[in-house]
Formats: sequence, structure tokens, C-alpha cells
Amino acid sequence: MFIINCPYCGERDQTEFSCGGEAHIERPKQPTELSDDQWAEYLFMRKNIKGVQFERWNHAHGCRKWFNMVRDTSNDKIQAVYKMGEKPPVK
Amino acid sequence: MSKNLRINKNNFIDQTTRISFKFNGQKLFGYKGDTLASALLANNIHLVGRSFKYHRPRGIMTCGSEEPNAIVQIGNDPSLTDPNVRATEIELYEGLDASSQNCWPSVNFDIGGINNFLSPLLPAGFYYKTFMWPASFWEKYEYFIRHSAGLGKAPTKSDPDIYDHQYSHCDVLVVGGGISGIISAKLSAEKGLDTILIDDKSFLGGSTIYQENECYKINSVNSNKWLANEIESLKNYPNLLVKNRTSLAAFHGYNYLLARESLTDHLSVNERKGKVRQRLWKIRAKKVIIASGSIERPLIFSNNDRPGIILSSSIKKYIDYYGVKTGENISLFTNNDSAYEAAISLYKSGVKVNVIVDIRKNSDSLIVKEALELGLKVLWESSVVDTQGYKRIKSFEVMKLSDDGYNVVGNRSKYSCDCLGISGGWTPMVHLFTQSGGKLKFRNEDNVFIPDENKTPSNQISVGSCNGEFKLNEIVVNTIENLKSFLSLNNSCYDGIKIICPDEKSKRNIWLLPSDKPIGKTKPFLDFQNDSTAKDVKLALREGFKSIEHVKRYTTTGMGTDQGKLSNMHALGIIADTTGTNMGELGTTTFRPPYTPLTFGAIVGRNVGKFFDHTRKTAIHNWHVKNKAEFENVGHWKRPWYFPKNGENMHQAVQRESKAARDSAGILDASTLGKIDIQGTDSSEFLNRIYTNAWSKLEIGKCRYGLMLNEDGMVYDDGVTTRLGENHYIMTTTTGGAANVLSKLEDYLQTEWPELDVYLTTVTDQYSTISICGPNSKKILAKIVPGLDLSDNNFPHMSFKNTKISNVNCRIMRISFTGEHSYEINIQSNYAEDVWIKCMEAGKEFNLTPYGTETMHLLRAEKGFIITGQDTDGTLTPSDLQMDWIIGKRKFDFIGKRSLYRSDTIREDRKQLVGLLTEDPKEVLEEGAQLVENINKKPIEMLGHVTSSYFSPNLNKSIALAVVKSGKKLKGKKLIVPMENKNINVTITDTVFYDKENKRLNA
Repeated sequence: MFIINCPYCGERDQTEFSCGGEAHIERPKQPTELSDDQWAEYLFMRKNIKGVQFERWNHAHGCRKWFNMVRDTSNDKIQAVYKMGEKPPVK
Repeated sequence: MSKNLRINKNNFIDQTTRISFKFNGQKLFGYKGDTLASALLANNIHLVGRSFKYHRPRGIMTCGSEEPNAIVQIGNDPSLTDPNVRATEIELYEGLDASSQNCWPSVNFDIGGINNFLSPLLPAGFYYKTFMWPASFWEKYEYFIRHSAGLGKAPTKSDPDIYDHQYSHCDVLVVGGGISGIISAKLSAEKGLDTILIDDKSFLGGSTIYQENECYKINSVNSNKWLANEIESLKNYPNLLVKNRTSLAAFHGYNYLLARESLTDHLSVNERKGKVRQRLWKIRAKKVIIASGSIERPLIFSNNDRPGIILSSSIKKYIDYYGVKTGENISLFTNNDSAYEAAISLYKSGVKVNVIVDIRKNSDSLIVKEALELGLKVLWESSVVDTQGYKRIKSFEVMKLSDDGYNVVGNRSKYSCDCLGISGGWTPMVHLFTQSGGKLKFRNEDNVFIPDENKTPSNQISVGSCNGEFKLNEIVVNTIENLKSFLSLNNSCYDGIKIICPDEKSKRNIWLLPSDKPIGKTKPFLDFQNDSTAKDVKLALREGFKSIEHVKRYTTTGMGTDQGKLSNMHALGIIADTTGTNMGELGTTTFRPPYTPLTFGAIVGRNVGKFFDHTRKTAIHNWHVKNKAEFENVGHWKRPWYFPKNGENMHQAVQRESKAARDSAGILDASTLGKIDIQGTDSSEFLNRIYTNAWSKLEIGKCRYGLMLNEDGMVYDDGVTTRLGENHYIMTTTTGGAANVLSKLEDYLQTEWPELDVYLTTVTDQYSTISICGPNSKKILAKIVPGLDLSDNNFPHMSFKNTKISNVNCRIMRISFTGEHSYEINIQSNYAEDVWIKCMEAGKEFNLTPYGTETMHLLRAEKGFIITGQDTDGTLTPSDLQMDWIIGKRKFDFIGKRSLYRSDTIREDRKQLVGLLTEDPKEVLEEGAQLVENINKKPIEMLGHVTSSYFSPNLNKSIALAVVKSGKKLKGKKLIVPMENKNINVTITDTVFYDKENKRLNA
């Protein structure tokens, strides 16, 4: 069980957080303009890679803020934590 | 039989305190400090149990947590009895009552022993191969298999003991209180670090503490005396917490560890009362030092499992620590120097070892020389090929080994004995290291898997023999040196330490010792608890199993309660030898937590009974209890289900409540509905985006029903939202969906639309909601808020008023979930019960009837209103629910809009919500029942299922809602609901059964 450095609260136990899946998938500004395939790409397709992954996390049992996290799924090492809207660190 | 094998010299056992205990009903005595195993051995009892598969007699084999055989049932109280307790670990206490497992009628005469003679018929995979056919017989087989499965008996009543959980944070956690652990703890504590030292035994010092031998010296004193002083010195550190009787169960990532502390298991039953039995420590350590030691290996030869065959290091501990002779005619069988230490210890206690069988060609190490000088007889380059004796070893047979070690030569020579010590070298305990994510490497020279220092997770280190260091000088010097860099120490109190110890030079390892008989005629046991032998492993390989994980499962090697701590390595060795692979390439099976079994009590701690999960009660709960409500769980909430009167059953109560609500007035506690306060200048825009319908034009003081979708277009939640002010709304959600809706809205606000000025606050608990419905609801409300103009003009349907009840502010919404003229009073929760009682008093003359969730469901079903989660299941669009009217088609966007015209969501044959009427109006359908058109055409096509079904007292007939393929087009169609013993004819109808013109809303 890892320790997550919430950008608002500091280090907390993983049990306080929930994971919201892959990060940096922006909701299309004009969904009505999209084809079924393009909409499906946004709606359903998510990466699940072994290695460095950009994820959304929520401090659900804390400040309830969403933030982004870079985690290596092969060893759970957290490489970066940053607020929503901030630029992701370069891979 | 009964003999006293206790010798009188001893430092560790308190021979002045005699303890009586029972084993298999026989009253015996031991001393304070004994384990059950040492006390049994002192009474010359070796036979303690029967093996799992063949029911072979088995004896105590070890002195620690790796014990495969001596697992016993403690006590016979149906709530306290404890199965599979290792006799080698449990400390003796007054009144201890232990019995053997897996035998009937007794361990001495066990009917199941017949399996031993049938063993040629019970090879690896016996069950897989035998019980496959005929398939229909499985239920019969299962009965017998279940009866023979499992060891010991589980308690049949609930556990009255108390268990605790405790969180702990420290700078350094040291696991293991042997010499390397003691040195580590002292170095850490001396640096001023907050340190915890845990050890699973009742005493510290590991095996060094009873190593009374002139060959081992540290700073010119015997190593045991030196260590005793070190342990004493630990008391000087207030920043060091020492936890005895604490076994590390699991080592997770980020240095999160679980340890189980036994607090009362060593006390007599009377002393346990009111105390916590076990405590599960949840430790977060900045750094972890693993000093978990190593376990002696057995040797694998035919019939190596007889009672009286014990690891040589355990023989040494029993004599040196417990003062117990494990026999009177002891011989040893070894491939390394450890057995000689046991021989010397025995000699000093007056037991002369008969013969030492050594597979090596010779050894010139100091310890062997000492043994030879004592006149002990050694048979070099020899191997034990067989043993005799059913319930206790009587003799063993020795043959000379060939030069390459693959064969035996010459004749068998037989030696009598009552105890045979075996030593096959040492296995580092790397379980915790690998659990934490560390990777192992194989050291060929002495055939051990050790932690790979390049693949060790950060902030942990393995020291001592668990790191593959077996000689005293290596252990001490390397531990100190490694910790200096690990803990960033410039110098240490151990600098300049001087160590003298014997050096072991010659090694010889043979995983499966050869025999003069073919392997099929021998019984070389690998896993003693699960009765798997070397020939089972070889059979598995012949049958094509290659992966060690598969061989393990097929042969069940290493799958007992001991998880194969003793001889998993031998199984790997035999696989490697047979397949010609290097063990390093073969790897190990996965080490999984817990290291030793955990009790369920320790796992759940205090989270039992009413602490298992939290319960939410409304502010009016006590009134419901007083008025005999039956409750229903909705999420974590306790909601009144129905209020039975005068012995009514549920059906009768619900019929009465439903009728009263429509005939006069009903009252419902609706406080559990989720309430979210929405404020900010963009609130209207926000609602536009999250609901399917339009919100910008909703006037202040008006309410609107909204449907919320997921981005996939499926209905997610619904509820009424009221505009309280220009930039202020209050949203209601379903009871079960409240938390998820809030999370989802927050998610969109924070991540997709951070530019919106909107603030969400949950106020579910702060406000209670009392719903009064029925034709007389207006008259009742008028009595409670006499100043409020309740005319349809001033207070129409779907509007709200701020007012006061007894000087307490409240909001009253005129909204309806029943189709009746209806009001919802929202009031601060601490006044809610009071207002409820006022309503009840005001409503007395109108037969105001409290009703619960069941009547609420019935009333709304009469009106065809959906319940999300009951009539929907995450696969229905608004159109599927025949609610196209609520989709704001002219809106630019809302969550889920685009999905409403995906190729799949516009299909016309989707399941759609319809009403159902039964041919026989008295017949009530079962919710969940399937709907079919043609029951003769096989396979029968399932067209849909019933989602809600009730008997309506107001319509005097059965009504139901269902989802049916292409349902919208099928109005009037007759379908069949096939049940177990009849087929029910139904007709598809409109979803609204009652008051289709909505006249009653304004009645």
C-alpha cells in the first residue's frame, strides 16, 4: 500500500484515495461533431500499461480534490504528483 | 512409555514452576518456559499427529514456525477451540488441553492409516484423475472428499475473544531478534532513531543465546554471554520498543508491514479474562531491517518422516534451551557441520551420539575435529537409505555413497536408534524480502536463494543468515558494516569487534539421496504435511508439468499450513536435477503473505458485530422504532420498510398504508434522499450540463425533475432540484446514489470545467425531509403552518416556500412521488422528530398514516415513476424508459448527449420499459422473472424481465413494470412469464396505471 503525496494535504495513506483512471483525456468540446468512432475513442478506450502511467487520483477521504499522478505500475513508484491544470512532467 | 527425559542443568526453563497440561486426554507435566513440543518430548512423546493424505504417524520435527507435523487442536470449547496450532510455538500454560488432528479414533490407532497401504493407488493428481467421471457423480464424490479434506476442526460458535488493531509509525523496524537483529536494533537506537524490534518468540537472542560453545567467541567471551549482555543493554534506549511474541505476517510496498502480537495465548485461561488476545500491528516504517534468520533443511531419503526424526538444530535447541533429550539412542545424518554442534551439545549433556552419518568425504573444520576428539563415530561418504519403526523410529540402514553421489554401493548396515537427527544445510528466510518486491539470486556454492542487492526495494536491508551469511564472523561483521551505510553511521559501538568461530569448508549437497531400490519402491517425503514425495514431483514432470508453480499445485508440495518452509527448496532441487536446469533459472514459487497463519480474529480486529459496517439513521429513527417499524437497509441507511399494526404481515400493512395515502393522507420519512446545495454564479449553466433537460429558465422558487446520465448515455440518477435563489439551488438525489453523484459532479467541476463558478456542499444529514401526501395533505399542512397561503395560485405544484414551523426555518416543496397532492417539509435535522410528531398530531383527524419504503414503491409504480437502480440497471437510456420528453434536444451538450445517438443506443430492439398486467388480476409477478413469447421454441428467447411488481389496493389488481425488447411497439401484446410450476399470461400496457391525467396532483 503506497503513500501518496496529496498536492493539497501532503503525505497520506493510499486508503484515503481513489483512482480515477488514465489522466489527460479531455472531454471533447463539441461532442456532437464527432463520429461514433471518435466518440467511442474518448468514451471507452483507456490504456492499461505496465510501466509509467499518468493517472487521475482523488483524495476521497480527505480534501476531496482531484489531482494527477505519474506512477510506474510495475513497482508502484510514484514519480510525480501535480494539480489539475498543471503541465505534466515530460516522460 | 512414560519417561522423564529432562536433564537438570538449564538457564532458560524455570524448573521450580511445574505446569500440568493434557495431551489427547492424558495428564502430563512440563515447566514454565516450555513449548508444548518440548514438554511432550520431555515426556518421551514423539507421535503427535497423522499426515494429511496417508495418515502416517508423524512426530515433532522442528522447534519453530516451520513445523509441518506437530500441529494440534487446542481446547474443545466450541467457541474457543483453535485448530492447526504448532506445538513447537505454543507456550505451555496451566490447563493447556491439546489433541492430535486428522486421526480417528485416536492418534495411536487411526482407521485412516489404511491409506498408507493404499498409497501406491494415490499418486499425485489422484483426485483430478479419479473423480472426473461420470460427471453426474460429482455431488456424491464431493461429500466424501469434503469429509476427508482439511486439518483440525473450526470452532462452531462465535469467538468471544477481543482482538485489536494498532497503527504504528517508526524510523526503523527490525524484524527478528537473533544476533543480527539485536545488533541492528542497538545501532539504530543508539543513533537516536525511533526503533521497533519484533520477534516471534518469548525470548530474544535467536539460536546464539543458547550456543554454549568455546569455539564461538566475541570480544573474548562466549558468544551467548556476549549476546545476553547486548540484550540487557537494549533496556537503556527509551526510543527502542521491543515486541516479543510478535510474528511478522506481511511486508507490503512502501514499507507497510503487518505483524501479529500474541498477548494472552501463553497465559492460563483464568489470566486471559478481559484482555486483548491478539493485536495486529500495522506498521509504516521509514526503514526496515530484515533479520529473519534461516531454517535448517531436512534430508530427503526413504521413510524420512517417522516420529523420532528431527532436525539436528532442533535436537540441539531441545537439549540446550529446554533441557530435553529427544531420545536415549540418538544418531545423526548430515551433509554439513551443523549436526556436529548438536552432537557436542548432546555429549555435554551426557548423551553420546551413537553414529554420525555424513555424506561428505571428510571435513577438517574445528567443530568436526572437536566431535572426533570426543570419540564420536562418523560414517563418511555414507547415506541413510531407509528407516524402520511405525509409530517411532527404531532403526535405520546405511549404505556407502558412490563417488559421484548418484548411487549407493555395498551392503546395508543397520543401526538401532530412537531418534535420528537430520541436517541438510540451511535455507535463508527470504519470504519477507520477496513479499516486498525484492528479487532473489541463486548462490551455486551452497545452493541458496539470497536477496539480490541490486534488486532490493529502497529503504530496506536483509542482514544475517536471511541474507545468506551463516558464519558468526560474517553475520556480525557484515551486519555492522552494512548498517553503517544503511543508517548513515560514521562509527558504531561495535567498531573493533573481535570474533572467533569455526570455519566450515567442505560442503556436499544432494537434493534426493540415492537408494538401492527404484524410486517407485521408496517413500522420500518432501512435504511432510501434505504427504508429497519426491516420486510425486518426478511423476508430475513425466506427465508434462514444467512450471514450478504447476508442479506445486499438482503435487500440493508446499501448500499446507506450513507453506512448505521446510522443503520447498528440495522440490526445486529435484525438479532442477531431473530436468537438467540450473536452480537459479528455475526460480522459486511465489512467497505470499502471511508468513505464518493469521487468525481471522486478528484480521478483523474490532470490526465485528455492529462495528462491522456503519449504520446511518435518520433524525426521526427513534419514533419509527417506538412505532414498531420494520426496517430495510438502503445503502448504509436504516429506512422504515412498513409499519405493521395489530399483527399485520408485510402485505397487509402495505395494502393498508397504500390505501390510506390515496384515500386521505400518508406520511413518509424521506430524509435519506441525497441533498446537495449548489451555489455560485454558474450554477444554472452547471445544471444544464449535468441534467438532460433545460434549467436556465427555471424561475426562482420553482422545482424541476431532472435525469442525470453517464457519459455513455445510460440513466445514472434522478431527482428534483429547486431554485432557491438567483445562484442557489438544492438538488435531491436517490438515497443510494447520493455519495456517487456528489463525487461525479465534483469530478466534472474540478477536472473538466474548472472555469465554472460553482460550489457543491452535501447537506443530506443537515436537513431532514418529511413527505405528506394524499387528498387531505393540504388540510394537515394548513394546521402546521397556518400563516402560509396554500392556494394553488400562491403555492402550485413544483414550487417551494420558505416558512417557519414553531420559529424554526424550513423549506416546503410541493412535489410528489406518489401522484397525490403532496408536500415535502425540509427542516434542520435536530428539529425533525419534533415536527414529525406535530404532523402526526395535526393529521390524527385525517387518519394520517406513516408508511415505509414498500408503500412508497407501490404508490410510485401505480404512477409508472421509475426508481433508478430498480427499474434501471445502467443499461437503459431515457428513450428506453419512454422518457424522451426529458431530453433537451436543443441543448448544445449535456453529459451523455452524444451517446444517445450512437449506433447501439438508437437500435429499436433495445430493452424498453413497459407496464404489465396479468390475466388473473390477483396473480402478482415475481420481480426478476423472465418474459417470453413462445415457450415451445427451443432455446426459449428471453425478451426481458420484470423490474417492479405489486398488488395495487387502489386499482384492486396486480401491476408490474418490466423491460422488454422493442417494448415500446408491443403495447397490447400477450407474453408469458414462465415460473417453476406454472406459466403466467401477461399483457404489455402503458407504464402509468393510475390517474393517467394527473388530476390528483391538484386535488
